[in-house]
Amino acid sequence: MAGSTPASATADPVDNSAAGRAPGRPKPAGSPLGGPGGVPAARGAPGLWAEAWKRFKRHRLAYWSLWLLGALVAAVLLGPLFYKVGINEVDFSSKLASPSWQHPMGTDDLGRDILARVLYGGRISLAVGLAAMLMAVTVGVFIGAVAGMARGWVDAALMWVTDLFLSLPQLPLLLLLIFLFREPLKAAFGLEIGIFILIVVVIGGFRWMPVARLVRAQFFSLREKEFVEAARALGASTPRQVVRHILPNSLGPVIVAGTIDIAAAIIAESTLSFLGLGFPPDVPTWGRILYDGRDYMDLAMHWALFPGIAIFLTVLTINFIGDGLRDALDPRRVL
Amino acid sequence: MLNYIIRRLLIALPSLLGISLVLFTVLALAPGDPFEELANNPNVPPEVRMALRAQFGLDDPIWQRYVSWLSSMLQGDWGFSFVSRIDVDTLIGQRIGVTIAVIGMSQVVALLVALPVGVLAAVKPYSWFDRIASTVAFIGFSLPTFFTGVLFILLFSVQLGWLPFVYRADLSSTGWQWWVDQFKQSIMPIMVLGLFQAASWMRYVRSAVLDVIRLDYVTTARSKGLGERAVINKHVVRNALIPVVTLVALQMPAVFGGAIVTEQIFRIPGIGSLLIDAILRNDTPVIMAVTFVFSCLVIFFNLVADVLYGWLDPRISYR
Repeated sequence: MAGSTPASATADPVDNSAAGRAPGRPKPAGSPLGGPGGVPAARGAPGLWAEAWKRFKRHRLAYWSLWLLGALVAAVLLGPLFYKVGINEVDFSSKLASPSWQHPMGTDDLGRDILARVLYGGRISLAVGLAAMLMAVTVGVFIGAVAGMARGWVDAALMWVTDLFLSLPQLPLLLLLIFLFREPLKAAFGLEIGIFILIVVVIGGFRWMPVARLVRAQFFSLREKEFVEAARALGASTPRQVVRHILPNSLGPVIVAGTIDIAAAIIAESTLSFLGLGFPPDVPTWGRILYDGRDYMDLAMHWALFPGIAIFLTVLTINFIGDGLRDALDPRRVL
Repeated sequence: MLNYIIRRLLIALPSLLGISLVLFTVLALAPGDPFEELANNPNVPPEVRMALRAQFGLDDPIWQRYVSWLSSMLQGDWGFSFVSRIDVDTLIGQRIGVTIAVIGMSQVVALLVALPVGVLAAVKPYSWFDRIASTVAFIGFSLPTFFTGVLFILLFSVQLGWLPFVYRADLSSTGWQWWVDQFKQSIMPIMVLGLFQAASWMRYVRSAVLDVIRLDYVTTARSKGLGERAVINKHVVRNALIPVVTLVALQMPAVFGGAIVTEQIFRIPGIGSLLIDAILRNDTPVIMAVTFVFSCLVIFFNLVADVLYGWLDPRISYR
């Protein structure tokens, strides 16, 4: 029962609407979808990625989400170059000001500009999301690959650990780990870097299980396929079989899971900040601004609203993109 | 059936042991010494400190410490809170009821929303209802619980003034008024948690029903003249629920995470807010105990899911 079904079922809860809208459209001929074993597609025919992009564009919401997310990322990365207001410029004469031309998102109780703080916090949120995703995917692919190749008791033991991690109460443990390791890491790496490492490792350490399950399931089916058998017959070593042949073909679901993981990591980081246990109070992450603003909701609702909307839009667009990628990267899906 | 439940219980035990091992490892790896304060106190000679360490077993080999920690955890000897100076188990006992009530009610809400909406969406896939429901569900689970909570407070407490935004355990009213007040103060946290759950459950239900509804036995049921309602309720939904139960069980840890956040937003005196308070005040025994209780709850609900699974799918019991 605890096999690979839950993980793959979680990864495919919504039937894509794109496939439903365009039924029976003939698949363009002569596109081998990358061919077996990562052999590049035949020249002239649309390549693997072009094909995937075409399919991705069909998912209208995912396509527009990509643009919106791109705009958000650009604003967060480039915004501070044009919008030169310090995140800690205190101005008591305009505290709790509503949005205006001078302060497009208003100010907080110390008169600090919320737009500047949201832009700064976005960098942290996105960095945490990406780094935690990389951590989760790396660990997940490694464990899934080892379990999928080794089989036998190694597989059983690794899957037991995976199931155990899946049934751990994550948020309490996250809080516990941060409580226990915050001070020493702060001392070792400095305040912000230490907390960053801690949060990334802890969030990533609780998100690898679905990836591991997906990769293991993929390995189980791929290692018996003819092209892997051919590679084996040609004398390819096990690492070469894995790296050159099996892994590239199991990347589709991993990319999808990784995308969704970015959103989950951003939510996790914001939750920690919101509970007052994330980055230190003077670092304005989105969750932290929301946490600070919630006590002033009757006087200045913009304070809590804007960072919340930023989190929501980022997470929503990433989830839609993940949904679109799921349609785009599944080679079995015929348009 | 009893046999099945017992077997499941036996399978749950290793997970509980594993979780306790993880908890203990985290605690043992953590830097810091409970007698650090004594070390900095010039009035306490080092010999006394060493004697205390030996007395409390801090110098024992690690497996021995684990065994003694686990046995006292299992006997209900959870130590006492550094901050409030009462036993941890009474502290948790006072607060666990509210948490269970809020979580339980929110799961009921989630079920009542997700099941009909998911089934209706799957019966007519790609209809207007399905599109709207799917999009709303997608938006729903992209909204973090802390933001929905804040939005709810903003709308219903600040703007409209209908509902109180702080949960009070000691309501002054009695009789009917007590129930009304209780309802008014519980509805927002329950809805925040329940609707978030409902959003993801609805997607599971929809895809599970879509999988089942195409199967031959459903066609058979229709062709033998059963009404559509009976086909859906008796044949489709029950079988579609089997994968849904698994997914719901996998989500249990996330539910408890959501409960911690909601308790914090609405200031509900449950064990989630107890955990946060304890962390902010370095109250280690309470932190450990609450985390342990959360782990037990997760395992317990997984067990419930397994039993439900056996009830929904009679083939399993005989395996």
